[in-house]
Amino acid sequence: MHIPDGFVNIPVAAATYVASGGSLAYAVRRTNKELGEKQVPLMGVMGAFIFAAQMLNFPVAGGTSGHLIGAALATILLGPWAGMLIMTSVLVVQALIFQDGGLVALGANVFNMSVVACLVGHYAFTWLKRLLDEGIRGTVISGFVAAWASVVTAAIACALELAVSDTSALTVVLPAMTLVHILIGIGEGLITVAVLAFLAATRRDLLQLRPN
Amino acid sequence: MKRKWWIAGLLIALAVTLLSPLASAWPDGLERVAEDKGFSEDAQDAPYEAIPDYVLPGVGNEAVATILAGIVGTLVVFGLAYGLGALLRKREATQRD
Repeated sequence: MHIPDGFVNIPVAAATYVASGGSLAYAVRRTNKELGEKQVPLMGVMGAFIFAAQMLNFPVAGGTSGHLIGAALATILLGPWAGMLIMTSVLVVQALIFQDGGLVALGANVFNMSVVACLVGHYAFTWLKRLLDEGIRGTVISGFVAAWASVVTAAIACALELAVSDTSALTVVLPAMTLVHILIGIGEGLITVAVLAFLAATRRDLLQLRPN
Repeated sequence: MKRKWWIAGLLIALAVTLLSPLASAWPDGLERVAEDKGFSEDAQDAPYEAIPDYVLPGVGNEAVATILAGIVGTLVVFGLAYGLGALLRKREATQRD
Protein backbone atom coordinates (compact mmCIF):
# COMPACT_ATOMS: atom_id res chain seq x y z
CA MET A 1 0.00 0.00 0.00
CA HIS A 2 3.04 2.27 -0.32
CA ILE A 3 1.97 5.32 -2.33
CA PRO A 4 4.54 6.38 -4.94
CA ASP A 5 5.09 10.05 -5.78
CA GLY A 6 2.60 11.30 -8.34
CA PHE A 7 -0.45 9.64 -6.76
CA VAL A 8 -1.11 12.38 -4.19
CA ASN A 9 -1.12 16.09 -5.03
CA ILE A 10 0.81 18.73 -3.09
CA PRO A 11 -2.06 19.84 -0.79
CA VAL A 12 -2.76 16.23 0.25
CA ALA A 13 0.95 15.54 0.68
CA ALA A 14 1.36 18.69 2.81
CA ALA A 15 -1.73 17.99 4.93
CA THR A 16 -0.68 14.39 5.63
CA TYR A 17 2.90 15.50 6.44
CA VAL A 18 1.47 17.93 9.01
CA ALA A 19 -0.96 15.38 10.47
CA SER A 20 1.74 12.70 10.65
CA GLY A 21 4.27 15.13 12.13
CA GLY A 22 1.85 16.20 14.85
CA SER A 23 0.92 12.61 15.66
CA LEU A 24 4.58 11.60 15.85
CA ALA A 25 5.42 14.54 18.14
CA TYR A 26 2.70 13.29 20.50
CA ALA A 27 3.93 9.69 20.11
CA VAL A 28 7.44 10.84 21.09
CA ARG A 29 6.09 12.53 24.25
CA ARG A 30 4.05 9.47 25.26
CA THR A 31 6.92 7.08 24.54
CA ASN A 32 9.18 9.29 26.64
CA LYS A 33 6.78 8.80 29.58
CA GLU A 34 5.94 5.13 29.11
CA LEU A 35 8.72 3.15 27.46
CA GLY A 36 10.47 0.82 29.90
CA GLU A 37 14.04 -0.43 29.77
CA LYS A 38 13.02 -3.89 28.57
CA GLN A 39 10.93 -2.47 25.71
CA VAL A 40 13.88 -0.70 24.07
CA PRO A 41 15.35 -3.83 22.43
CA LEU A 42 11.80 -5.01 21.62
CA MET A 43 11.34 -1.84 19.56
CA GLY A 44 14.42 -2.77 17.54
CA VAL A 45 13.37 -6.40 17.13
CA MET A 46 9.80 -5.42 16.15
CA GLY A 47 11.05 -2.95 13.54
CA ALA A 48 13.49 -5.50 12.14
CA PHE A 49 10.85 -8.24 11.98
CA ILE A 50 8.22 -5.98 10.41
CA PHE A 51 10.65 -4.75 7.74
CA ALA A 52 11.66 -8.33 6.87
CA ALA A 53 8.08 -9.63 6.93
CA GLN A 54 6.91 -6.77 4.68
CA MET A 55 9.16 -8.19 1.95
CA LEU A 56 7.16 -11.43 1.90
CA ASN A 57 4.30 -10.72 -0.45
CA PHE A 58 1.69 -13.46 -0.29
CA PRO A 59 -0.71 -14.09 -3.17
CA VAL A 60 -4.37 -13.19 -2.74
CA ALA A 61 -7.13 -13.66 -5.32
CA GLY A 62 -6.77 -12.68 -8.96
CA GLY A 63 -3.06 -12.02 -9.63
CA THR A 64 -2.76 -9.69 -6.66
CA SER A 65 -0.45 -9.95 -3.67
CA GLY A 66 -0.38 -8.42 -0.24
CA HIS A 67 2.07 -8.19 2.59
CA LEU A 68 2.05 -7.58 6.31
CA ILE A 69 1.88 -3.98 7.49
CA GLY A 70 2.61 -4.90 11.10
CA ALA A 71 1.10 -1.84 12.80
CA ALA A 72 -1.39 -3.88 14.83
CA LEU A 73 1.31 -6.35 15.88
CA ALA A 74 3.64 -3.55 17.03
CA THR A 75 0.74 -1.84 18.81
CA ILE A 76 -0.40 -5.00 20.59
CA LEU A 77 3.12 -5.60 21.91
CA LEU A 78 4.26 -2.05 22.65
CA GLY A 79 1.22 0.24 22.56
CA PRO A 80 0.20 2.63 19.78
CA TRP A 81 2.81 5.33 20.48
CA ALA A 82 5.92 3.16 20.37
CA GLY A 83 4.10 1.32 17.56
CA MET A 84 3.90 4.52 15.51
CA LEU A 85 7.63 5.14 15.98
CA ILE A 86 8.42 1.58 14.88
CA MET A 87 6.17 1.78 11.81
CA THR A 88 7.56 5.19 10.87
CA SER A 89 11.12 3.83 11.15
CA VAL A 90 10.18 1.05 8.71
CA LEU A 91 8.45 3.43 6.27
CA VAL A 92 11.27 6.02 6.32
CA VAL A 93 13.92 3.35 5.61
CA GLN A 94 11.74 1.89 2.82
CA ALA A 95 11.32 5.31 1.20
CA LEU A 96 14.91 6.56 1.62
CA ILE A 97 16.88 3.38 0.86
CA PHE A 98 14.53 1.11 -1.09
CA GLN A 99 12.50 3.66 -3.09
CA ASP A 100 9.35 1.92 -1.84
CA GLY A 101 6.84 4.72 -1.31
CA GLY A 102 7.56 8.24 -2.56
CA LEU A 103 9.34 11.01 -0.67
CA VAL A 104 6.55 13.54 -1.32
CA ALA A 105 4.02 10.84 -0.41
CA LEU A 106 5.91 9.78 2.74
CA GLY A 107 3.63 11.85 4.98
CA ALA A 108 0.60 10.07 3.51
CA ASN A 109 2.20 6.64 3.87
CA VAL A 110 3.11 7.37 7.50
CA PHE A 111 -0.41 8.68 8.11
CA ASN A 112 -2.06 5.54 6.66
CA MET A 113 0.24 2.71 7.75
CA SER A 114 1.60 4.19 10.97
CA VAL A 115 -0.83 6.70 12.53
CA VAL A 116 -4.19 5.33 11.32
CA ALA A 117 -3.20 1.65 11.40
CA CYS A 118 -1.71 1.85 14.93
CA LEU A 119 -4.65 3.80 16.39
CA VAL A 120 -7.27 1.53 14.81
CA GLY A 121 -5.27 -1.52 15.85
CA HIS A 122 -5.03 -0.14 19.38
CA TYR A 123 -8.72 0.68 19.86
CA ALA A 124 -9.96 -2.48 18.13
CA PHE A 125 -7.63 -4.61 20.25
CA THR A 126 -8.34 -2.98 23.62
CA TRP A 127 -12.14 -2.83 23.14
CA LEU A 128 -12.39 -6.41 21.93
CA LYS A 129 -10.06 -7.78 24.57
CA ARG A 130 -12.23 -6.19 27.25
CA LEU A 131 -15.29 -7.95 25.80
CA LEU A 132 -13.53 -11.30 25.50
CA ASP A 133 -11.42 -13.07 28.07
CA GLU A 134 -8.08 -11.91 29.39
CA GLY A 135 -6.27 -15.08 28.38
CA ILE A 136 -4.48 -16.05 25.21
CA ARG A 137 -7.78 -16.87 23.44
CA GLY A 138 -8.95 -13.28 23.88
CA THR A 139 -5.56 -11.99 22.72
CA VAL A 140 -5.65 -14.13 19.58
CA ILE A 141 -9.20 -13.21 18.53
CA SER A 142 -8.74 -9.50 19.34
CA GLY A 143 -5.36 -9.54 17.60
CA PHE A 144 -6.81 -11.02 14.41
CA VAL A 145 -9.66 -8.50 14.22
CA ALA A 146 -7.40 -5.56 15.14
CA ALA A 147 -4.89 -6.53 12.44
CA TRP A 148 -7.61 -6.94 9.81
CA ALA A 149 -9.29 -3.64 10.75
CA SER A 150 -5.98 -1.75 10.70
CA VAL A 151 -5.30 -2.82 7.10
CA VAL A 152 -8.82 -2.04 5.86
CA THR A 153 -8.89 1.43 7.46
CA ALA A 154 -5.37 2.24 6.18
CA ALA A 155 -6.62 1.28 2.69
CA ILE A 156 -9.68 3.50 3.09
CA ALA A 157 -7.46 6.43 4.18
CA CYS A 158 -5.25 5.78 1.14
CA ALA A 159 -8.29 5.72 -1.18
CA LEU A 160 -9.58 9.01 0.26
CA GLU A 161 -6.17 10.65 -0.34
CA LEU A 162 -6.15 9.43 -3.95
CA ALA A 163 -9.70 10.70 -4.47
CA VAL A 164 -9.02 14.15 -2.93
CA SER A 165 -5.88 14.34 -5.11
CA ASP A 166 -8.09 13.71 -8.17
CA THR A 167 -5.98 10.69 -9.09
CA SER A 168 -9.07 8.51 -9.23
CA ALA A 169 -12.79 9.01 -8.58
CA LEU A 170 -13.91 8.22 -5.04
CA THR A 171 -16.67 5.91 -6.30
CA VAL A 172 -14.02 3.93 -8.19
CA VAL A 173 -11.02 3.85 -5.89
CA LEU A 174 -12.77 3.51 -2.52
CA PRO A 175 -14.63 0.24 -3.22
CA ALA A 176 -11.63 -1.19 -5.14
CA MET A 177 -9.11 -0.45 -2.39
CA THR A 178 -11.45 -1.58 0.38
CA LEU A 179 -12.36 -4.84 -1.32
CA VAL A 180 -8.82 -6.00 -2.08
CA HIS A 181 -7.64 -5.08 1.42
CA ILE A 182 -10.50 -6.98 3.03
CA LEU A 183 -8.69 -10.02 1.57
CA ILE A 184 -5.14 -8.84 2.33
CA GLY A 185 -6.28 -8.05 5.89
CA ILE A 186 -6.99 -11.75 6.45
CA GLY A 187 -3.30 -12.46 5.77
CA GLU A 188 -2.36 -9.64 8.15
CA GLY A 189 -4.59 -11.18 10.81
CA LEU A 190 -3.13 -14.67 10.36
CA ILE A 191 0.50 -13.49 10.54
CA THR A 192 -0.24 -11.28 13.56
CA VAL A 193 -1.92 -14.16 15.38
CA ALA A 194 0.91 -16.55 14.48
CA VAL A 195 3.47 -14.19 16.04
CA LEU A 196 1.29 -13.64 19.13
CA ALA A 197 0.84 -17.40 19.55
CA PHE A 198 4.59 -17.94 19.10
CA LEU A 199 5.32 -15.35 21.80
CA ALA A 200 2.66 -16.83 24.09
CA ALA A 201 4.41 -20.21 23.80
CA THR A 202 8.01 -18.96 24.11
CA ARG A 203 8.12 -15.57 25.84
CA ARG A 204 4.78 -14.90 27.48
CA ASP A 205 6.34 -12.06 29.50
CA LEU A 206 6.82 -10.03 26.30
CA LEU A 207 3.05 -10.02 25.82
CA GLN A 208 2.67 -8.24 29.16
CA LEU A 209 5.05 -5.32 28.50
CA ARG A 210 2.43 -3.21 26.81
CA PRO A 211 1.61 0.08 28.55
CA ASN A 212 -2.09 0.63 29.24
CA MET B 1 21.50 -15.75 28.58
CA LYS B 2 18.06 -14.32 29.16
CA ARG B 3 19.11 -10.69 28.83
CA LYS B 4 20.26 -11.41 25.27
CA TRP B 5 16.81 -12.52 24.13
CA TRP B 6 16.71 -9.69 21.62
CA ILE B 7 19.61 -11.26 19.70
CA ALA B 8 17.38 -14.27 19.10
CA GLY B 9 14.63 -11.88 17.95
CA LEU B 10 16.96 -10.14 15.51
CA LEU B 11 18.16 -13.50 14.18
CA ILE B 12 14.53 -14.53 13.56
CA ALA B 13 13.99 -11.29 11.59
CA LEU B 14 17.16 -11.94 9.56
CA ALA B 15 16.00 -15.53 8.96
CA VAL B 16 12.73 -14.16 7.56
CA THR B 17 14.72 -12.29 4.88
CA LEU B 18 15.99 -15.66 3.63
CA LEU B 19 12.42 -16.34 2.47
CA SER B 20 12.22 -13.06 0.50
CA PRO B 21 13.14 -14.58 -2.90
CA LEU B 22 10.01 -16.74 -2.54
CA ALA B 23 7.71 -13.71 -2.18
CA SER B 24 4.90 -13.30 -4.69
CA ALA B 25 5.88 -10.99 -7.56
CA TRP B 26 2.25 -10.10 -8.26
CA PRO B 27 1.30 -6.42 -7.83
CA ASP B 28 0.14 -5.52 -4.32
CA GLY B 29 -3.32 -4.17 -3.51
CA LEU B 30 -2.64 -0.53 -4.40
CA GLU B 31 -0.60 -1.41 -7.53
CA ARG B 32 -3.41 -3.72 -8.72
CA VAL B 33 -6.06 -1.04 -8.20
CA ALA B 34 -3.86 1.56 -9.95
CA GLU B 35 -3.46 -0.77 -12.97
CA ASP B 36 -7.13 -1.77 -13.10
CA LYS B 37 -8.42 1.78 -12.69
CA GLY B 38 -5.88 3.31 -15.09
CA PHE B 39 -3.83 5.60 -12.90
CA SER B 40 -0.63 3.57 -12.52
CA GLU B 41 0.98 5.83 -15.15
CA ASP B 42 0.76 8.74 -12.67
CA ALA B 43 3.56 7.21 -10.59
CA GLN B 44 6.81 9.16 -10.81
CA ASP B 45 10.33 7.75 -10.61
CA ALA B 46 12.29 8.40 -7.44
CA PRO B 47 14.79 11.29 -7.64
CA TYR B 48 17.60 8.83 -6.79
CA GLU B 49 17.97 5.08 -6.34
CA ALA B 50 19.87 3.35 -3.53
CA ILE B 51 18.54 -0.23 -3.39
CA PRO B 52 15.52 -0.10 -5.72
CA ASP B 53 12.99 -2.99 -5.72
CA TYR B 54 14.74 -4.66 -2.76
CA VAL B 55 17.53 -5.95 -5.00
CA LEU B 56 21.07 -4.98 -3.95
CA PRO B 57 22.78 -3.50 -7.05
CA GLY B 58 25.94 -5.18 -8.33
CA VAL B 59 25.04 -8.69 -7.20
CA GLY B 60 24.59 -11.12 -10.09
CA ASN B 61 22.26 -13.63 -8.47
CA GLU B 62 18.86 -11.99 -7.94
CA ALA B 63 17.85 -14.23 -5.03
CA VAL B 64 21.10 -13.43 -3.22
CA ALA B 65 20.74 -9.72 -4.05
CA THR B 66 17.21 -9.77 -2.62
CA ILE B 67 18.31 -11.48 0.60
CA LEU B 68 21.24 -9.05 0.98
CA ALA B 69 18.90 -6.08 0.46
CA GLY B 70 16.64 -7.56 3.11
CA ILE B 71 19.52 -7.99 5.57
CA VAL B 72 20.65 -4.38 5.02
CA GLY B 73 17.13 -3.04 5.59
CA THR B 74 16.47 -5.27 8.60
CA LEU B 75 19.69 -4.14 10.31
CA VAL B 76 19.11 -0.45 9.51
CA VAL B 77 15.53 -0.54 10.83
CA PHE B 78 16.69 -2.47 13.92
CA GLY B 79 19.29 0.20 14.66
CA LEU B 80 16.86 3.07 14.02
CA ALA B 81 14.01 1.68 16.14
CA TYR B 82 16.38 0.53 18.93
CA GLY B 83 18.07 3.94 18.89
CA LEU B 84 14.74 5.77 19.06
CA GLY B 85 13.71 3.58 22.00
CA ALA B 86 17.01 4.11 23.82
CA LEU B 87 16.77 7.85 23.28
CA LEU B 88 13.16 8.16 24.41
CA ARG B 89 12.79 5.61 27.23
CA LYS B 90 11.63 6.97 30.56
CA ARG B 91 14.41 7.84 32.98
CA GLU B 92 12.72 8.51 36.33
CA ALA B 93 15.34 6.50 38.23
CA THR B 94 18.31 8.41 36.85
CA GLN B 95 16.62 11.80 37.26
CA ARG B 96 16.16 11.19 40.99
CA ASP B 97 19.89 10.65 41.55
